[in-house]
Amino acid sequence: MNGGQDLGGMQGFGPVIPEPDEPVFHHDWERRAFAVTLALGMLGRWNLDMSRFARENRDPAEYLALSYYELWHKGLERLAVEKGLVTAEELRAGRALEPRDPSLAAPDAATAMKMLANSRGAKLDDPVAPRFVVGERVRVKNLNPPAHTRMPRYCRGRQGVVHLDHGAYVFPDTHALGLGPKPQHCYSVRFSAGELWGEPRREVSRDSVHLDLWDDYLERA
Amino acid sequence: MSGRSDHGHDHDHDHGHDHDHRHDDDTITFRVRALERIATEKGLVDPKALEALIETYEHRVGPRNGARVVAKAWTDPAYRELLLRDATTAIASMGYVGRQSEHLVALENSPRVHNMVVCTLCSCYPWAVLGLPPVWYKSAPYRSRAVSDPRGVLREFGVDLPQEVEVRVWDSTAEIRYLVIPERPAGTERLGEAELAALVTRDHMIGTAR
Repeated sequence: MNGGQDLGGMQGFGPVIPEPDEPVFHHDWERRAFAVTLALGMLGRWNLDMSRFARENRDPAEYLALSYYELWHKGLERLAVEKGLVTAEELRAGRALEPRDPSLAAPDAATAMKMLANSRGAKLDDPVAPRFVVGERVRVKNLNPPAHTRMPRYCRGRQGVVHLDHGAYVFPDTHALGLGPKPQHCYSVRFSAGELWGEPRREVSRDSVHLDLWDDYLERA
Repeated sequence: MSGRSDHGHDHDHDHGHDHDHRHDDDTITFRVRALERIATEKGLVDPKALEALIETYEHRVGPRNGARVVAKAWTDPAYRELLLRDATTAIASMGYVGRQSEHLVALENSPRVHNMVVCTLCSCYPWAVLGLPPVWYKSAPYRSRAVSDPRGVLREFGVDLPQEVEVRVWDSTAEIRYLVIPERPAGTERLGEAELAALVTRDHMIGTAR
């Protein structure tokens, strides 16, 4: 979706301001929001792409106004209700009102640590053939999917060169909607800075941006 | 699942209330505490698991892991070769595995090339080697301009790259996570791995330091 999360190339946000000796968490609620997000995610009722979609699928003005962990928490509340872990009434009441689905079991600390370490990620063993080869010129399709996608606006319609074939991966656009992993190859595609941002100044003419893009986003140039 | 209908859900608290009377229960602190309490009461989360998750990412995982990888690559040519060919295997061999680091690619800087990593769409970051990302990495100023004006962003970090150095920006749009391997500083030939690791910062491995 062309939402508030798609920030590449936007202007007006001002300089990057690093914080010296930054703590990992700035408030105790951030710690709690982080941990509850990971722990509830381990129940397996949703996937990472659904989490991202739940965070970004909101008024762009709200997306940009919320802090990072506020977004995490708002996304988590939405998923927890949608996927039947808690009810909206419980969120309003601030306490449990119904028993949990008996098929769910909270992982204990040791299990949670094991799940983190053994996280399989999104790479698939499916024997799908790549549609492009390293070195091939490709163009990103000009698509505007209304739901989750990992194809930023700034690369659409632009031409690049396949730099690496990462192998077969879960396709986030379908995975985020519960429509399956639609296995396909994901590539690192190299775009020249001039192709993306216009006539380059001489000193940056060799600069480039690499994006990881799936077969469904690409066509032959 | 439209943004608009869900947007309404986010303000369900306000039902039956006058908007002029905002309550403490609308604060993020309350909302986070409420969901944790509900999830705990229902047995959906184990409080000990929550503590273990916080302990892991607040105290045990961080950029010292990545610094050890870099120092090893600087001192062990066979390891460097493996790291550049198959970073996932090379980094797992040092015990750094898991969430948000399942698929890794190492990007080596050289006198002619500077690599810099961003996630314009969210906050993708190699947790197992760098820990959780700093606020600036997740912020709109960095995510918006790292791709369109990387040299300007680098100047804000005090790095003024000469024209002849090529900038390669890596936008982490998939589940592959990138780790920048900075150049080994001159005059460090006599240092051992631990001393070398102490020279490597988080920003070196994101690519906002040179």
